[in-house]
Amino acid sequence: MKAIEVLRARTVVLPGSNIDTDQIIPARFLTTTTREGLGRSLFADWRYDGQGALLPDFVLNRPEAQGCRVLVAGRNFGCGSSREHAPWALLDYGIQAVISTEIADIFRSNSLKNGFLPVVVDETTSSWLIANPGAEVTIDVASTTLTLPTGVSVKFPLEAFSRYCLLNGVDELGFLLDRRGDIEAYEQRRHS
Amino acid sequence: MAPAPQTMLEKVWRLHEVSSETADTPAVLYIDLHLIHEVTSPQAFAVLRERGLPVRRTDLTLATMDHSTPTRTEQIFGGAPITIDSAAKQVRELEINCAQFGVELLGLRHSQRGIVHIIGPELGITQPGKTVVCGDSHTSTHGALGALAFGIGTTEVGHVLATQCLLQRKPRTFALSVSGRLRPGVTAKDLILAIIGKIGVGGGTGHVIEYRGETIRGLDMDERMTVCNMSIEAGARAGMIAPDETTYEYLAGRPRAPQGDAWERAVEEWRKLPTDAGAVFDRQVDMDASVLEPMITYGTNPGMVIPISAAIPTRDNDAVFAKSLAYMGLEAGAPIKDQPVNVVFLGSCTNGRISDLRSAASVLRGRKVAKGVQMLVIPGSQQVKKEAEAEGLDRVFIDAGAEWRESGCSMCLGMNGDLVPKGQYSVSTSNRNFEGRQGVGARTLLASPLTAAASAVRGRVTDPRELLV
Repeated sequence: MKAIEVLRARTVVLPGSNIDTDQIIPARFLTTTTREGLGRSLFADWRYDGQGALLPDFVLNRPEAQGCRVLVAGRNFGCGSSREHAPWALLDYGIQAVISTEIADIFRSNSLKNGFLPVVVDETTSSWLIANPGAEVTIDVASTTLTLPTGVSVKFPLEAFSRYCLLNGVDELGFLLDRRGDIEAYEQRRHS
Repeated sequence: MAPAPQTMLEKVWRLHEVSSETADTPAVLYIDLHLIHEVTSPQAFAVLRERGLPVRRTDLTLATMDHSTPTRTEQIFGGAPITIDSAAKQVRELEINCAQFGVELLGLRHSQRGIVHIIGPELGITQPGKTVVCGDSHTSTHGALGALAFGIGTTEVGHVLATQCLLQRKPRTFALSVSGRLRPGVTAKDLILAIIGKIGVGGGTGHVIEYRGETIRGLDMDERMTVCNMSIEAGARAGMIAPDETTYEYLAGRPRAPQGDAWERAVEEWRKLPTDAGAVFDRQVDMDASVLEPMITYGTNPGMVIPISAAIPTRDNDAVFAKSLAYMGLEAGAPIKDQPVNVVFLGSCTNGRISDLRSAASVLRGRKVAKGVQMLVIPGSQQVKKEAEAEGLDRVFIDAGAEWRESGCSMCLGMNGDLVPKGQYSVSTSNRNFEGRQGVGARTLLASPLTAAASAVRGRVTDPRELLV
């Protein structure tokens, strides 16, 4: 995982609530054995028509959305299936963070393990972002703050260990492997 | 001083802490059972290969294939190829990974293969007090036996393969107490749909739900699994039900349950698991089951659910709601009853167990699936299939005009060839009515096996109580 300290980028707004991982990447694209190349299937049923042509009205397809790296979405983003293909697809497409008033547990956990930033904010901040698509925002992992172009800054929740991993580009597997001694001791304790 | 009363979640959690959480680090939580399948494991095995790591506890890991596998008998047993090339590759890759890493695989033609959440309890390998994980959100199902069971992503599948542990913060506790007797024709599926309707699709986020109360105690194991299965549809990663005599009776004698003296010792430990009197939950919601009707969804998430006799709600100035109804081709204020149906799907980890098949067969016996309706009956496992055939349930379905096939996730999610055609209406016993879940443009109405069977007979959404004698 690459270290990430600050993400400064423009937003694209997908205001609906309860955007589930079947929308982020439909199940038919899950018959893959790698994690690469999933970006083309991101929001496939919303982005393309039945013949595979881009639908010009869908927000991600509009000219002004090109290069936007932060998704602003309605509440309970990423609900449903545990597929890690969802953050993989978002990252492969070029989106690196989502801002919502609520983010589903498994999606949040999967995101953090891939350096994708789940940013939960209050209703007021969310409403401002939904009303101002294309806003350039700054997500600061070190200080766990989101700063709007108005200068307003809000804190977002980020568990200390996840913050450490993001800032240092550390993955959790290394940490767990370093605990092998504790794990062995636990196994002996359980079975003695 | 007596120890402070604890919830079941807290007890199971403490028993599995390799190390406790601190302000800086999550707990290292030991996993007793890791179930894997073909869709969410290949990239995890790839990480093990890259780092030269073995699977730490092959004895606590069990693999099967269910999501992308076809359900046609000739494709499982008759030598016909799996039509979707990428799915065939995924199946092959799981076979190779399991062989190379020494993981037991209940493979394509194994008599104990099935949907991963059906076979865990069925084999007796899911047990009270265990921590159970799988790269699938419906792992919550296993909580019905008093296990702490939750879905994980593929990175975490790799963590468990390599270390048998996960880094986790303890979730919050949520007591959902249900009282009152379910009326005839109203099932565990209707209960959980009503619960999701009440607390919302994000209502359980950050929590583990413990289902409690006399109604839950009165449910059999299959019904409890249906309830816990859909916890994730309320946003809760896990649902739990305290083990009791019903649980022990279900588990006794199953192939991988403890036997003899070990069984006695296990039950003694399991009896310590239920939440202590006086334990405090972070959240509490009460439900009265006696007022419930059969429930059915009308929208594109499982919280968009109504009693079958009710009208679709009206919500002015709600663009998301309007978009959802437009996708479904349904109108606010209209009744859901008598809505024409094209496809009926009976199966999935929610309702693919033997009692679900019996329940649907009770409606279909001596009746026919309406002309123009396709009904697909997919047993949740090969063992369920065998049991159903021994009882003659397959004949009931086939005589009614339904298709009877091999086990798998099938039409619950459109990735194995079993699809609802675009624009068609499906009454489905599965767990998700998301846009496109059963196929591009498919319109899913989630309901119980009874409602599904009754709707198949009439060819339109039907209150099953009209067909029950």
